[in-house]
Amino acid sequence: MLLVRCPWCGDRDEAEFRYGGQADVDYPADPHQLDDAAWGEYLFVRANPLGSFNERWVHTAGCRRWFSLVRDTATNEMSPDIPRRRESR
Amino acid sequence: MTVLNKVESETAAPETATAARHSPLEHRAAELERRSTSGARGVRLHEEPFLSQINLRTPPGGVESSAVSDSLGLPLPTVNRVSGDEHHAVLWLGPDESLIVAPDGRAEHLLRTVRDAQRGGSGSAVDVSANRTTLRLSGPAAREVLEKLCSLDLHPRSFGPGDCAQTLLGRVIVVLWQLDREPGYRIMVRCSFADYLVDLLLDAMAEFLDG
Repeated sequence: MLLVRCPWCGDRDEAEFRYGGQADVDYPADPHQLDDAAWGEYLFVRANPLGSFNERWVHTAGCRRWFSLVRDTATNEMSPDIPRRRESR
Repeated sequence: MTVLNKVESETAAPETATAARHSPLEHRAAELERRSTSGARGVRLHEEPFLSQINLRTPPGGVESSAVSDSLGLPLPTVNRVSGDEHHAVLWLGPDESLIVAPDGRAEHLLRTVRDAQRGGSGSAVDVSANRTTLRLSGPAAREVLEKLCSLDLHPRSFGPGDCAQTLLGRVIVVLWQLDREPGYRIMVRCSFADYLVDLLLDAMAEFLDG
């Protein structure tokens, strides 16, 4: 069982969370300009790195807030540092 | 979440509602009494039905939050803490979310107070009293019982009186609130999960039945 650090509630069991996939996948600025391949790429294609990965989690059984964290996909080590919020959000 | 508007709250007839209402665990009151034990390794469980509960959303640190806190006569709680006592308390639920808990029948008054304080600012206050019922688990063995169901560290060094947490007991989302050192806890649970949670708790309490 992983111990996930919610930025609000602190360290909690993995069972209290849901996984939200890769972080920072932006909705296309003008979706109508995309062809099918590019739209498919946006919808379905995600990075799958071996190593550091920015991802979204939601603390469903706790404060119900979404947050991002950095997890090492090889070791499951999670960085307690919250990735810096980007300018666009 | 449905926001209760002013018209709805004023047209409700409190007398009729009181006469007709049933708490989710009233049919198990005798069983809870029978399975509670006293003594050095005792643990007691009973329902505290119909507590008034107001879900409060307010931007942290803003003018609204100080107005709300003045109107309640309580500071808004810091992270994972409760301010006030068991008769009038505000529980921390999230960075901009708290739960006001008071005895039965106080909801309408509290709602009016808080909404007056929020007037002109942002935030919301919603009566969620019917959302959850409350279980009171107390006695010297109460922490041992909870530890069978809960992944939180409940040892006094990390969880004590005035602490609260939204977490899982078994498979149920609850608001767990420690009231005193005995230890005594309030467990606030959705009405529809209350029966299941009582089954889990009674099972966890079984070993203490013979003292």
